[in-house]
Amino acid sequence: MDIETFIGEFAEQFDEISTESFGPETQFKENDEWSSMTALSIIAMVDQNYAVRLTGDDIRNSTTIQHIYDIVASRVA
Amino acid sequence: MAFLSIRNVELKGVAACVPANVEENIALSNIPDVEKLIKTTGVERKRKVTPGICTSDLCFEAAEKLISELNWNKADIQALIFVTQTPDFIVPATSCILQDRLALPVDCLTLDISLGCSGFVYGLSTLASYMQNGMITKALLLAGDTSSMTCSVNDKSTYPLFGDAGTATALEYVEGSEGFKFHLGSDGRGFKDIIINDGGYRNQVNADSLYETTVSEGISRNSLQLSLDGMNVFSFGISKAPESVNLLIEKFSIDKAAVNFAFFHQANKMMNDRIRKKLQFEEEQVPSSLKDFGNTSSASIPLTMVTQTAAQLQTGEQHIIACGFGVGLSWASMYCKTKLLVIPQLLIHD
Repeated sequence: MDIETFIGEFAEQFDEISTESFGPETQFKENDEWSSMTALSIIAMVDQNYAVRLTGDDIRNSTTIQHIYDIVASRVA
Repeated sequence: MAFLSIRNVELKGVAACVPANVEENIALSNIPDVEKLIKTTGVERKRKVTPGICTSDLCFEAAEKLISELNWNKADIQALIFVTQTPDFIVPATSCILQDRLALPVDCLTLDISLGCSGFVYGLSTLASYMQNGMITKALLLAGDTSSMTCSVNDKSTYPLFGDAGTATALEYVEGSEGFKFHLGSDGRGFKDIIINDGGYRNQVNADSLYETTVSEGISRNSLQLSLDGMNVFSFGISKAPESVNLLIEKFSIDKAAVNFAFFHQANKMMNDRIRKKLQFEEEQVPSSLKDFGNTSSASIPLTMVTQTAAQLQTGEQHIIACGFGVGLSWASMYCKTKLLVIPQLLIHD
């Protein structure tokens, strides 16, 4: 897996954000559009594309897309 | 791994009863971004009991109607299992009370099972196990919850989702019948993911139990109310439910293409859509009652059967899968064939 693709997939879970405005250090929870429902979309995306199970704590303890990427990368079979 | 194959028992009928009171989620002005929440969860409205009405009242009505439409003699009913997490009392078991209210024989076996979303399938496996050698020939599984009574009105993660319902399912010993196949599991590491923290014996009721605290924006509740970690439960549901159904299909060489209906516990639309897609079922194979009834806990599978597929289940033979998953954490999947089920119209409790 690579971070560029992951950022694209991550950004797709937001309705009104262009992929270009997202980077590894983007603090996704600071975005106005972020909500508990976006979190579920992220969990579903990671399950679908990487077959990795993200927990609530994974999301709660992460601030940047890089954090989430690192968790997923560490669990990919 | 807990697999069960139980022969000689058949599903004969299913009935469901809901309260008359309907609450529209769009009218919940205290819930932030309620339109988006309705879109994501798929729950537009749900039925709510008025205080004083218990799960057992809804199940009682469903059972009476089902017994009558089956033309069963009550004297022949030898077992009653009641699955709920909203019993009449902490002590005694509500199933004993229901035996008396339904005027079933005093030598009828009764048992309460404390499970929620997985409870219908767990209850079926228990009751069918009791019956498989023919000593018990007719039995009832009553399953339901009044979860609305446990939710804080100021908690967006529970209040808009949960609705109330009670159901009754009739099982009969039929020698030579193919019966049921089950896969069952549990993972107590997630016991805090869906929990009412106080009021049991680990954390007894105390003065602080009634103190409402704000956990995050839109989530305020006290310790006697339901707490749900939406992200953990979502993550659990979309992985465990498909895994369990796949294990069931592989273990018992079930012809997936021949499955007419796969009934899943009605958690929320986003979770149920994901589960359906992972299992590659078509939309028409997977009925849903979320829109009008929300998440009705252990009643969700039989309620969906009654409200969405009664016509098909009443006529001809159907191959069905049912899968419940949630509080515990606990999950269970079942496969069986049904034929000419007796399904009374949805009952409304005034």
